[in-house]
Formats: sequence, C-alpha cells, structure tokens
Amino acid sequence: MAGATTLRLGAAQAIGQTRFEARAATRETALVKWLILGTALTFFAVFLLMPLIAVFVEALRKGWETYASALVDPDALSALRLTLLAAAIALPLNLVFGVCAAWAIAKFEFRGKHFLITLIDLPFSVSPVIAGLIYVLVFGAQGWFGPWLAEHDVKIIFAVPGIVLATVFVTFPFIARELIPLMQAQGKEEEEAAVVLGANGLQTFWHVTLPNVKWGLLYGVILTNARAMGEFGAVSVVSGHIRGETNTLPLHVEILYNEYQFAAAFAVASLLALLALVTLGIKTWIEHRAAHAQHDLHEGQP
Amino acid sequence: MSTAKTFRVLPGFGPTLGYTLAYLSLLVLIPLAAVFLKTAELTFAEFWNVVTAPRVVASYKLSFGMSLLAAAINAVFGLMLAWALVRYSFPGKKLIDALVDLPFALPTAVAGIALTALYAKNGWIGQFLEPLGIQVAFKPLGVLVALVFIGLPFVVRTVQPILEDLDTELEEAATSLGAQRWQAFRHVILPIVFPALLTGFALAFARAVGEYGSVIFIAGNIPMVSEITPLMIITKLEQYDYTGATAIATVMLILSFTLLLLINGLQAWTAKRTGRDR
Repeated sequence: MAGATTLRLGAAQAIGQTRFEARAATRETALVKWLILGTALTFFAVFLLMPLIAVFVEALRKGWETYASALVDPDALSALRLTLLAAAIALPLNLVFGVCAAWAIAKFEFRGKHFLITLIDLPFSVSPVIAGLIYVLVFGAQGWFGPWLAEHDVKIIFAVPGIVLATVFVTFPFIARELIPLMQAQGKEEEEAAVVLGANGLQTFWHVTLPNVKWGLLYGVILTNARAMGEFGAVSVVSGHIRGETNTLPLHVEILYNEYQFAAAFAVASLLALLALVTLGIKTWIEHRAAHAQHDLHEGQP
Repeated sequence: MSTAKTFRVLPGFGPTLGYTLAYLSLLVLIPLAAVFLKTAELTFAEFWNVVTAPRVVASYKLSFGMSLLAAAINAVFGLMLAWALVRYSFPGKKLIDALVDLPFALPTAVAGIALTALYAKNGWIGQFLEPLGIQVAFKPLGVLVALVFIGLPFVVRTVQPILEDLDTELEEAATSLGAQRWQAFRHVILPIVFPALLTGFALAFARAVGEYGSVIFIAGNIPMVSEITPLMIITKLEQYDYTGATAIATVMLILSFTLLLLINGLQAWTAKRTGRDR
C-alpha cells in the first residue's frame, strides 16, 4: 500500500523537463492541452488548494487575538505536549523497527519474504478506527489483560500509553517501506566488501549502508512524524477525550469544533496545517537533494 | 534441512529478522487476531444479525458506494493532473506537484473541518451550490467530497512515474504509422498506464473505505442516511457493545485483506507491464 508514498528519486528532474512538448508526436493540439490543463488545475484548486486556504482564513476570521488566545489556552498546550510526546515515542520505535526489517529483508534471502512485506503493510490497509479498537480488545477493561491491568493499577486505554500504541500502529510501515526498496536496489556488494575488510555489522551499517539510504530514511521519518502528530481516528478510540490529559491536537480540534468554537478550532487546525506544509517542504527538498546525489553519481562526480 | 548451513558474509540476519517478527507480532498481528477471537465468541447467527442489521447495511452501501465513486473520480481527474504535471510546463508547476501530497500530510480532522466550512450553505463553494439545490455538507454527497480529497494523491503518485518513463519513440512510431493523437493515447499510452491507474484506483478505494476523520465532520452522521461503516464501530463502542463493534470490524478487516492482496497483484502486473521495480 505504501507504493504511492515512497520517495520519487527522479521527480525533481522530471518536473523540469519539456521533452514531451518539444516533439509534434507527443504534443496535443492547443485546445486539447488547455482543456486538460484547465480541468486538472480547477480540480486541484477546488479539492486541494481551497481547503488549505480555508483553514487559515477561518482561523483568522476573528482576528489575531482570538487566534493567539486559542493557541496559548492551557488545554491546547497540554494537547500539544501530548502530541509531541506520542510522536517522540512512536518515531524512534518505528525507526529501529524499520531499519531492522529493511536490513533483514533487503540484504538476505529467505522464504516468505514477500509475505512478510505484505504483513508489514497491513496497518496501512486497516481502518484507523480498527487500529484503536484492537488495543481496546487487548488492554481495555473488557479486554484480555483488562482485569490484570486493573488489579495492578496500570491504565493503558483512555490513557497516554494507549495513545502511543495507536500512534505506533498507524505509522508502523512508513520507514520500513521507504528503506526496503532503496536497500534492495543498492545490493549488498559494498556491505560485503566492508565486512571482508574487517568492519563489524554496526560499522558497516553506519558507514556504508546509511550514507546510501539517508534521504529515503529522512523521508520515512518526516512522513511518520506527520502522521503521528495528525492521527485522529485511532487515537480517538483509545483516548477517552479527557481534557488536559488525554487530548492530542487533532482531538482538541474536534472538541472545539463540536463546541461551536470555530475560530479556535481552526486556529489549532492551522498549526497542524502548518506542520503539513513544512512536511511537504522538507519532502520536496529531500527529493531535490536525492535527485542531485543520483545525478552526480551517474556523472561520476563526487 | 540442508546439511551445510548457508554461509552469509553480512552479519545481523538473526537478530534483525527476530526483532522484526517479534515487534510485528506484538504490535500488529496479535492485536489484530484479537478481533477474530472476540468475534469467534459469537455464534454465526448472532454475528450475522449484527453485521446485517439495517443500519449497518445502510452504512456499507454508503461507505462502499461513495468510496468506489470517489476512487473513480480520482482515477479520471488524477490521470489528468498527472498528465498535466508530466507533459506540460506552466507557472507554479513545482508548487502544485508538491501540494498533491497534501492529503497525506494534512491531519484528517483538519481536512474534515476545512471541507465542511467550504461546502456549508454559506461556505465559499456551498453558497454557489445552494441555489442549484445541491447540498453537500451534512449529506451523503459530503462523504464523497471528503473521500475524493483523501484519495487523490494515490492515483496521481502511482500514475505519474509511469508517464514520466514513457518513451517518446512509442508515440512517434504510432504517429508515423498514421495514428491520430487520440488513437495513440487509446492504443499505445493507455495500455501501458492502465495497470498503474487501476492500482491507484484500488489504493484510493482501500483508503476511502476505512477513512474516518475527514468524513465524520462533513457527513452529518444521520442514521440510515449518512453514517459510514467506521462510525458504526465507534457508535457500538460508545454503547459498550464490544462484540458488536468487533463483528463489524471483522467484516471490514476481511475486505481490507482482500484488497491488500488484490493491490499486491496489481502492483506485480504494473511491474511486469512497464519493467519497473515495484
């Protein structure tokens, strides 16, 4: 399922090229061209651009003061802290997993490899609501470990650990799926040479593998981060919506919205939209850098 | 078992694979198995009663119908957008190319309230639709709009690389053999792009069926009319009906797994058709 989200290495160059427009055989008549372009751009403007602009316009509808006060509200700040905390735990966990999974899958041959990749993809194809539900079934009051947890006074569901678990689940495949194809394409000759020359496993990974996959890894990390901070459905199921305690930023947006505090809801939402824009900015920058690195490699330059 | 252990130069196979399997099992596989085990507590008749209750069936119709329609809309307009991004040069192209991924990066709740604001009666788009008698917000049509939004990048991003890799020679050959532009598209380009287009369609559909955050704000959530299936799970959970919620989740999971296998098959087909790596 991750196919659509993986880094496009040639993207930066492909966007700049005009080879199709330069030849008569690959060109449409001006009328057809403007028809396609006009339709595509209108669709883009209506479905992508307008919602984005609407977030900021609605956020500032009641002026900067309302905007600022919505952001420094104690409940908003505690939601921000929880969002950052959940991302700060989920990210390293999935990073270690992603690197391990990619190393095992890309550098070794074993039976059931394709099946394993499919299993890693599973969280992408599961509804976020079900992602929350499964942890309720395991750790909730009615769940497998519910009675035991209650006895030992450990709260997972309707508490912070549940939110972290749900976040880990929805961001589970991102880094692994980014690294696996890259590391497979890289082959293993360079690593084998390093090992033969006496490097140990960690040195080999750090000095040989990592420099080759750093852009893909970084892309996986920012995707994971964006999804971790923005997840709504899964977190909503396990959160319990306790203000100031188990509310993340997206849940805080929902609460404000349902209380008809629209300007405040959009103010907090604009913070998340800004995060999305920064994520896309970094992504574009990574694609640019990765394309240049690849270009230099082909040209035989350092 | 072979007598000689395969010799591996690179270290770390055992630990990394072991960790991968343990982490995967603990966080994904075992919790997912809980859904099926919990459902197994029901007799088949009880299960059938829950998953075919009229309100739940109405939610399937809405979820699947709107998801299919949204994926189809995205297939058409996503192909056009990918085509424009690959073939034409126009101002702001790089920015538009970067913003296509917005639905991946924008939290679903934010998308939900923004779309609701746009399509409400007094919203930027809603005010023009209202006189035409078209209501989007808080109606089934709202579900469609939200699902189109979240599905768009799946189609664009699966089709775009295939279009970029197309050799101009193919179309030149078609033209020199007397094909019209439309014929070249229909008989030369489309067969190459089709598997990727279908993959994008399936990805957008799979995502749409499970989508929750962006839909619930704009749908209005009226029983029998504009309730999506994931919302039915939430509703059952809020009534502490865990077995009911789990039974519906089982139906959705089986569909998701089927789609996942189908998409894997489609991606293999794309790879075969275009000679690209998956």
